[in-house]
Amino acid sequence: MQEILQYIFSGITSGAIYAVIAVGFSMLYNSTELINFAHGEFVMLGALSFITLSGPFQLPLLSAFFLSVAGVACIGMLFERLAIRTVREPNPIVLIIITVGASIFLRGVGMLVWGKDAHTMPPFSKHPPLDIEGAKLLAQSIWIVAIMFLMAAGLHLFYKKTLTGKAMQACAISQKAAWLAGIPSKFMILLAFGLSTGMGAVAGVIISPITMCGYDMGTMLGLKGFCAAMLGGLGSLWGSLIGGLLLGILEALGVGLISSGLKDATAFLLLLFILYVRPSGIISSVNVERF
Amino acid sequence: MAIKGVSLSVAKGRIITLIGANGAGKSTILSAVSGLLKSWEGEIEFEGTSLKGLDPPSVVKLGISLVPEGRLIFPPLTVMDNLKLGAYTLYRKNEGATAAETLEHVITLFPILSERAKQPAGTLSGGEQQMLAIGRALMAKPRLLLLDEPSMGLAPQIVEKIFQTLIFLRDEGYTILLVEQNARAALQMADRGYVFETGSVVLQGETSELLEDQDVKRAFLGKDYGDFYEERQ
Repeated sequence: MQEILQYIFSGITSGAIYAVIAVGFSMLYNSTELINFAHGEFVMLGALSFITLSGPFQLPLLSAFFLSVAGVACIGMLFERLAIRTVREPNPIVLIIITVGASIFLRGVGMLVWGKDAHTMPPFSKHPPLDIEGAKLLAQSIWIVAIMFLMAAGLHLFYKKTLTGKAMQACAISQKAAWLAGIPSKFMILLAFGLSTGMGAVAGVIISPITMCGYDMGTMLGLKGFCAAMLGGLGSLWGSLIGGLLLGILEALGVGLISSGLKDATAFLLLLFILYVRPSGIISSVNVERF
Repeated sequence: MAIKGVSLSVAKGRIITLIGANGAGKSTILSAVSGLLKSWEGEIEFEGTSLKGLDPPSVVKLGISLVPEGRLIFPPLTVMDNLKLGAYTLYRKNEGATAAETLEHVITLFPILSERAKQPAGTLSGGEQQMLAIGRALMAKPRLLLLDEPSMGLAPQIVEKIFQTLIFLRDEGYTILLVEQNARAALQMADRGYVFETGSVVLQGETSELLEDQDVKRAFLGKDYGDFYEERQ
């Protein structure tokens, strides 16, 4: 019992991170119908710049957090402006290949800036782990889950309550109609890239104290986040959260109860399973309202 | 090229209609004016400003709104959100108060929209969706309203109601450019008409003259050939 609980705790922790990454995938897909395969690299950039800002630059955690997220969001917008908007014939395959290229490029940049060594940093706070039924719950896990919920709530409010959020949805529904209503749809796409990559950076920041961060960490995290988004239903906010948490928990249980070799395989087995059984995901965004 | 050698003018405070068969190039004119059409040759001016190279949001900012063919509302968003998004340019210019006034105005024109304010726009009937589309275009406070086939797929009573609203809007000072296949209804309502055929204007004039014109009668007003023949006698 204690063991299972421990697996579930660690599953929820990594699941929350997958969820944040999945939300980034989902919201970009929602606004632009594009899968950004470079998303994982933005997670890496977020993590490494946060470690640099809070470590060598000695910034307080909060300012390091906001600075690295804002910086990565700017890089994301630059990516849209330079590599996506300039495409002459923007059909989906071309755009997806561009994001794959960008992923390789960003990984290279990461290696040049931060080297090949792994970096890490201490947890956000020094509270001792909570003891629940003999299982240990790390303070960092609580941070991660809390930040995930804060972000989801913030995003929900952004889409439901603000004119910009609604204008972004309008662009996703019909770019032509949004254009005719006077909504600058190109700006909305730029903003969607900024938000999505910024969210990737948040995932990187919150994961940095519990894992070794290196230039090559993004690929696997990005793929897992993509699996989570597909699992929950691409384009749905709540679906991404459910998908992420489910993936995290199943992964942890698979590692604990069956074999640690199963860790990365879990995500892809689940992805195959969901594609066979319910390709639109648990919460399909086609029938359920888009967020 | 869908149209060539077309010249037309729309005077302030009047309803101008473009009629003609499918593919005659009527909608292309609206696409060019509203900025949807990327490149065209020639000159389009609105109140002395050239519209060359402007994208749709800039055209909306200048004071021209298009109610597109097929209405193109945002079905999953509520009726109220659809209307507010129509005033996007106003809100961004910090003219929220103007937007609120315009909203009042739109609701007095189409009271049904306020009853359905919280419903997703996709659940409205066809006529209500058309009213919403016109309402959304009005929310940007345009001085020139372009309408592409507003009567399409609607019952005659609803078409009449929408056309009455357009006359009301004209009397309030709006200028309206209307593209219609429903030639009779459009000519009865409008002040001036242009008849399109394969990309050029073949006839133009006051609608009272056009309604009496033999060619227009034969081609667009669905006169039986017998009636037509008798009138020629």
